[in-house]
Amino acid sequence: MKKSGFKWLWDNLKLPLIAIFLGFVIGAFFIIIAGKSPLIAYTALFKGSLGGLSKIGETLYKSTPLIFTGLSVAFAFRTGLFNIGAEGQYIVGSITAIAIGWYFQNMPAYILLPMILILGGLAGGIWASIAGYLKARFGVHEVITTIMLNYTALIGTNYIIRTILNPQVLEGTSKMAFSVSIPEKARLAKLSQFIPQFGYSSAHTGIFIGIVCAIIIYYLLFKTTLGYEIRSVGFSPDAAEYGGISKKKNIILAMFISGILAGLAGAVQVTGLIYKVNMSSAMSGYGFDGIAVALVGGNHPIGVLASALLFGVLSNGARKMQLAGIPKEVIGIIQGVIIIFIAGKLVVEIISKKRKRAHKKEVE
Amino acid sequence: MKNVVEMKNISKIFPGVVANDNVNFELAEGEIHVLLGENGAGKTTLMNILYGLYQQTSGEIFIRGEKVLMKNPNTAIENRIGMVHQHFMLIPPFTVAENIVLGNEPNKYGKMLMDMDKAKEKVIKLSDDFGLKIDPDLKVQDISVGLQQRVEIIKALYRGADILILDEPTAALTPQEIDELGDIIRKLTSEGKSIILITHKLKEVMSMSDRVTVIRKGKIIETLNTADTDIDSLAELMVGRKVKLDVDKEEKDPGKTVLKVQNLKVLDNRKLEAVRDVSFDVKKGEILAIAGVNGNGQSELIEAITGLRKVVSGSISLEDEDITNSKTKEIIDKGVGHIPEDRQRRGLVLEYSLAENMILGVHNRKPFSKNKLMNYEAINKHGKELISEFDIRTPNEQVEAKSLSGGNQQKVIIARELYKDPVLLIAAQPTRGLDVGAIEFVHKRLVEQRNHNKAVLLVSMELDEVMSLADRIAVIYDGRIVGIVDAENATERELGIMMAGGLPEREVKA
Repeated sequence: MKKSGFKWLWDNLKLPLIAIFLGFVIGAFFIIIAGKSPLIAYTALFKGSLGGLSKIGETLYKSTPLIFTGLSVAFAFRTGLFNIGAEGQYIVGSITAIAIGWYFQNMPAYILLPMILILGGLAGGIWASIAGYLKARFGVHEVITTIMLNYTALIGTNYIIRTILNPQVLEGTSKMAFSVSIPEKARLAKLSQFIPQFGYSSAHTGIFIGIVCAIIIYYLLFKTTLGYEIRSVGFSPDAAEYGGISKKKNIILAMFISGILAGLAGAVQVTGLIYKVNMSSAMSGYGFDGIAVALVGGNHPIGVLASALLFGVLSNGARKMQLAGIPKEVIGIIQGVIIIFIAGKLVVEIISKKRKRAHKKEVE
Repeated sequence: MKNVVEMKNISKIFPGVVANDNVNFELAEGEIHVLLGENGAGKTTLMNILYGLYQQTSGEIFIRGEKVLMKNPNTAIENRIGMVHQHFMLIPPFTVAENIVLGNEPNKYGKMLMDMDKAKEKVIKLSDDFGLKIDPDLKVQDISVGLQQRVEIIKALYRGADILILDEPTAALTPQEIDELGDIIRKLTSEGKSIILITHKLKEVMSMSDRVTVIRKGKIIETLNTADTDIDSLAELMVGRKVKLDVDKEEKDPGKTVLKVQNLKVLDNRKLEAVRDVSFDVKKGEILAIAGVNGNGQSELIEAITGLRKVVSGSISLEDEDITNSKTKEIIDKGVGHIPEDRQRRGLVLEYSLAENMILGVHNRKPFSKNKLMNYEAINKHGKELISEFDIRTPNEQVEAKSLSGGNQQKVIIARELYKDPVLLIAAQPTRGLDVGAIEFVHKRLVEQRNHNKAVLLVSMELDEVMSLADRIAVIYDGRIVGIVDAENATERELGIMMAGGLPEREVKA
């Protein structure tokens, strides 16, 4: 039976909506334990993140990188690959953006900015392809390689910031713990430049690039032969192989595209918000959050958009809640509960599917 | 004779399915009683209820005249009921004796240590008592399927069973092993055991049983004395309509060679030689069958021909073109259709719609895709056409492949492969797990291909199927082609000997 659009939408939204609801309920429980009022807390959260354009703006800029990393993880997952490496690909994308921005700073802005974004994305893609190649060629599990590549990216980038892209080296200042900055002309415009009501919020046009990417990924997955092949490999590698679809080629390609998205996250973040890369002993977390975003978004590009927005709301609202005297850890609890319920539901579904299958066999 | 098992008015309802509908079944002491029915008829469900794996929704079970509530298999074992499942429940690296005593091990020093000597002693005594010869020290992984089944039977006897349920016991056996099994169960009944055989194979009903109960769509149709019936009437009772068991094949002289395999060597997943020096050819307008017990290199051979597995040495050519180690896509494009052995793992992307599945392998071609974009309008239209042409039972073409029954899934695959209009059609175990109606369909389509002057390579372990469809039969054993014989002159006995690795009585030139 062909499901009506509404039914289909509800079937797909049911699980995340219930999970989100339960997340807030259980969050409220903890707020009460902390001796506060959930009503005040959640009012602060939503008012603080959605009450007015400037607050929405802050939510949007927090969502922006998550759209990319969420898409990245979701895309890989469609091929049956678990890309834990969005983090590293993000770092590679951002440092590449800085490098291109510096070395080609004399180019006109309309060439330089696209070049930074494209090459930043490609760098992330190539970085991820290493894991894809190792998986396709030698069967090395991508979870292991992408985790290792995260550290390689982080430490390698720190080294590059210390020795090559340091303002001390390139601009003759004193030694800094961050890289040179992206030239002004190559920065993404703030939304407040077009709509003043966005005020001092840092929302930038990167969000549109994210939305465009989500649409492109949607088309790629569901309307192209490449998407058909990639999803076949993800659903059933053996059947794909039987149908003349190369597992190896699609694994490398899927990692490459997944890496481009994570690399773009870095390049967009650098050109839209932070303008430079800091030396750091820890990962930014965008890549890991991307896993949660993809999960909550059902690995569907449009779902990822919505779930990135939700994570933006939560992380922006967390600060506002804190101002209202509510411990911001509550937000962590809410996020955790949502993920547990969605992941748990998936586990339940997988088990009941297996049962059904076993059951079917027994009936025979 | 008194009844040891009486199942009265048993119904079992699964969500959405009535698996057993008011079923009455009885087993007399010392008899061999066949429960006959198609796949999904509910025979295994009924026996699982008897063995305590399921609880009936309603109805009563009497064992040796006493009403018993079968809570779980332990209750069944306490009531001296044993079941040998279709898929053996053995631990391969354990020895025969270890497997048999598992769960009820003889101990020494209180419960400190397992008493292996006593275990072996018990096993040897059982095997002597019932004429079930076996070496208790062999590892289960090193013995044949037939012997493994023997281990399962001894295991049931060890636990004291005198009512034995055998679920599809002949599925993986060679004809000789089937004969031996027949002798074994005769011997068992002469020692006072009562036996229920679950099967859908008519020939075995006739040769092995005293009585037969036919079950169809969850209902008992009739219980008959085997001596009073025959294969054709049983088939009709089982399916519910007249069935044509034989296939019409027109006389045909084979034409040009389509597939030529020479001195092929292929490794299996463990890197051991699975196909050794295999040579054969398939001509236009003929069906060449490769017969053999599962696991003798057939799977690897087919995978090598279709580009799914690397050829180590030797060559494969299709219409005089070398396709050794070509990519699967190239081989498909050159006109090889392939009905794979494992339809759920290989043949279908279960999460894809039927329409999407029906273009697997030709998804790059017009009209299904153009400039790397999929044309879902054409794909869905194509799906609809094939569904009506091949009479696939489904609400529509958007249904996920996993929701179809095995027979309909197979039809989807066959529809797709025949749509490719292949010069060579490879069909591996094409009727495994299908019911009689679907088997009829598959056979008809395969012979049709042959009659249309296409080459067909059939791989099957069903001797009946091989003998009724094939023009020539190549028997494979341990990775080698033992011999190739003309189907017309082949006898089941001769093929059976070859399938067990014996030499053919007369060699016919390939």
